[in-house]
Amino acid sequence: MAKVIHYYAHPGHRFSHANKAMWDAAQAVEGVTRVDLYANYPRHNINIDKEQKLLLDHDVIVFQFPIFWYSAPSLLKEWIDLTLEHGFAYGKDGDKLRGKWMMLAVTAAGPEDAYSEGGYQHFSLRTFLTPFEQTARLSKMRFAAPYVFHNALRADPGPHAAGFADLLSGLRDDRVDLEKAEAAECLYFDSIPSVLEGA
Amino acid sequence: MTDFLVLAFVFLVAGVAAVPIASRLGLGSVLGYLIAGVVISPILATLNVDVVAIQHFAEFGVVMMLFLVGLELEPKMLWQMRHRLLGLGGLQVGVTTALVMGVSMFFGLTWTVALACGLVLALSSTAIVLQTLNEKGLMKSDGGQASFSVLLFQDIAVIPMLALIPLLAMPEMSDVGTHVAGHGTEVVAESAQGDAHHDDHGDGHDEAHSDDHGGGHGMNINLVEGLPAWQATLATIAAIAGVVVGGAFLTTPAFRFVAMANLRELFVAMALMFVIGIALLMTLVGLSPALGTFLAGVVLANSEYRHELESDIDPFRGLLLGLFFMTVGAAVNFGVLFESFGLFLGLTLGLMALKALVLFGLAYIFKLRGGDKYLFGLGLAQAGEFGFVLLSFTVANNVIPQDIADQLLLVVALSMMLTPLLFILYEKVILPRVSGGEEKEPDEIDETGQIIIAGHGRFGGVVNRMMRSAGYETTVLDYSSVQLERLRRFGVKVFFGDATRADLLHAAGIHEARLLVVAIDERDAATEIVRHVKHEHSSLPIVARAVDRHHVYELYAAGADHIVRDTFDSAVRAGRSAYEEMGMHAFDAEMLSRAFVDDDRAMLAALASVYDPSVPVHENQEYLDKAKEFIDQRDDILSGKGEAFRMRTERGWTPPTKEDLKAEQEADQE
Repeated sequence: MAKVIHYYAHPGHRFSHANKAMWDAAQAVEGVTRVDLYANYPRHNINIDKEQKLLLDHDVIVFQFPIFWYSAPSLLKEWIDLTLEHGFAYGKDGDKLRGKWMMLAVTAAGPEDAYSEGGYQHFSLRTFLTPFEQTARLSKMRFAAPYVFHNALRADPGPHAAGFADLLSGLRDDRVDLEKAEAAECLYFDSIPSVLEGA
Repeated sequence: MTDFLVLAFVFLVAGVAAVPIASRLGLGSVLGYLIAGVVISPILATLNVDVVAIQHFAEFGVVMMLFLVGLELEPKMLWQMRHRLLGLGGLQVGVTTALVMGVSMFFGLTWTVALACGLVLALSSTAIVLQTLNEKGLMKSDGGQASFSVLLFQDIAVIPMLALIPLLAMPEMSDVGTHVAGHGTEVVAESAQGDAHHDDHGDGHDEAHSDDHGGGHGMNINLVEGLPAWQATLATIAAIAGVVVGGAFLTTPAFRFVAMANLRELFVAMALMFVIGIALLMTLVGLSPALGTFLAGVVLANSEYRHELESDIDPFRGLLLGLFFMTVGAAVNFGVLFESFGLFLGLTLGLMALKALVLFGLAYIFKLRGGDKYLFGLGLAQAGEFGFVLLSFTVANNVIPQDIADQLLLVVALSMMLTPLLFILYEKVILPRVSGGEEKEPDEIDETGQIIIAGHGRFGGVVNRMMRSAGYETTVLDYSSVQLERLRRFGVKVFFGDATRADLLHAAGIHEARLLVVAIDERDAATEIVRHVKHEHSSLPIVARAVDRHHVYELYAAGADHIVRDTFDSAVRAGRSAYEEMGMHAFDAEMLSRAFVDDDRAMLAALASVYDPSVPVHENQEYLDKAKEFIDQRDDILSGKGEAFRMRTERGWTPPTKEDLKAEQEADQE
């Protein structure tokens, strides 16, 4: 059993379709710590000590957020800036997160083919997420492929949301093959690498 | 029952009607009460009311007042006052007594009568002076402190006087009343009993039956009566020790016990019980109850229940003192007065001039300067309510003949009635004259900060704490001495003074300050400060606290740079909490309340720009139009028609509309 913490960051939760569906589906998964960052810190006054303690208590850290302008909503950036501080996540004695897993669960408004050299986004989605990947690396964490939902404003979020709940419970029960997930480009609701499948 | 109700109604109507008018005219509450007393005296005469008896009852207000004064004084401060207490007080009583005695002998009185007159007239009115000083916020000024020292000394001096007076009795008068014994204490006790029996004769003035100021002769029971001197002394010391020790160790548990009942009125009962109990104890051992309760107040100055006691006792003090002042006014015998008006006026003015002269001399010796000198000299120039007590005591002891006592009584009452006028003279005439720079300031400002904060109440206090916690030096001005006293207890550096006075702001260093925060309660005064300072120092930024939106307009017109409504932000936070409690997501609640603030501020700014201080809002067409525009906009939002308010809240996170998506889809397909 892995200890999973699920961070959610969406300033427009009320208007969200996909992320709201994911958040709601995740409520059914027991044994996972859930943090709604915008609910906890509506005024961006992050409690660093409390957040670091939470991180120490968990093995797998999942960030759920919509991609805004090729990055995370501002509060999550603020959270990273403050929580992953020197001496904790990096730098001298900054090895407190060593060996933990970081995973992103993101939604993108654009379709999958937009995120390619020929598409209008020009780069692959992973390219836009490299700051997070390198953040994990510098923090001595391992970075699993992101769980992605394309065309988020139009597509039916149902299967993706159910898949997210599966992913969380799988992480909790060590049913997700993280080695495989680390090697993958992106994960979708129908391509979560299962340990059982791999066996 | 009906008698009591009629009487209470008459007094209350008189007070309620007269005091607001007097205050409005700048005469102060004391003069208002005195005038009320004069006005109702014919009614009281018709009703056959024993005014003096009521007066003695009302004098308990003085006891309560001294208790409250004690509460404001820490023992440490009292100890610091000891030189002034003995020096100023002792000299004032001694010299005034000697001079009055000299004058009296010059007019042909025998030396014993003259000395008694001196003693009677040397005392000043604690009730009037302390009440006025408190009301005008002058207690903490140097003059106020000196006055207080003298009054306190007089309170103490009454005790030896009561012992001395019987010794002055003239043998040729002794056939009328009680015989004179050689022992002071015994005489005191006996005369008290004598007074009680004499209640039924005379015009009421000779009933020395005072329960509070009477010092040694207060009640019919006296524990030390008949005891040898050493035992009496021991009992007295034991009583004082009891008050000190009991006050220090028993009040807290007692209050906790009462608190268990969770009844507000029980606290009031407890506080009253406390004060009355101490007064009673002091009377039993032959001490002044005012002095005893004052001592108890000092002991409790550091108690956690100080404010509770203060607020519980205060209304009783106020009402009783008001009653007392009215009885002074009502007790003036106008028949006798007008018979020889010139004589009494001359005597009164002469007495007051003499006392003022002595006080000015002392002020000079004790280095009271400027306005303080005049406050001290004029404020204490009257004779006081102790005089009433001593006079009847002297008559009872055959020291002063009845006719002279009656005349002196009129002089005492007249001088008390003239005192509020002297305070007005001080305030309106002398104070503006002596404004010769540094002499005038009520509190010496020995430290000037970069930030001046005018008003240190609930609002300015927070600002001050924030500034100081960030390491800025602040200079705080406040004219509530009570407030300042509390702050000083917390080690906050504050100065007493009325920030509306330009010279005080100058003394506080306004010319070199970097910021002025105006946080005083009185809206008009706050606006006036802003207007004045902006005029004199146009580059100095001003953060001003507004009471409401109209005050915002006024401050805006006066030139304040930042205007903050004192309850608006906390109300917004309360609204945000209410949003959250209704199930709104915390961030949505935050965004919505921010939008509300922006909306409200936008409206306020727009309206402030069309506000004209000289035109009432309801006659300002431009203002009305603009306000209506905003109100319509609000209505649109409520009915779902308007977008302005909503857009500011939501557009940042609102996904594209269906139409947007359709257009995008078409673009994708092309």
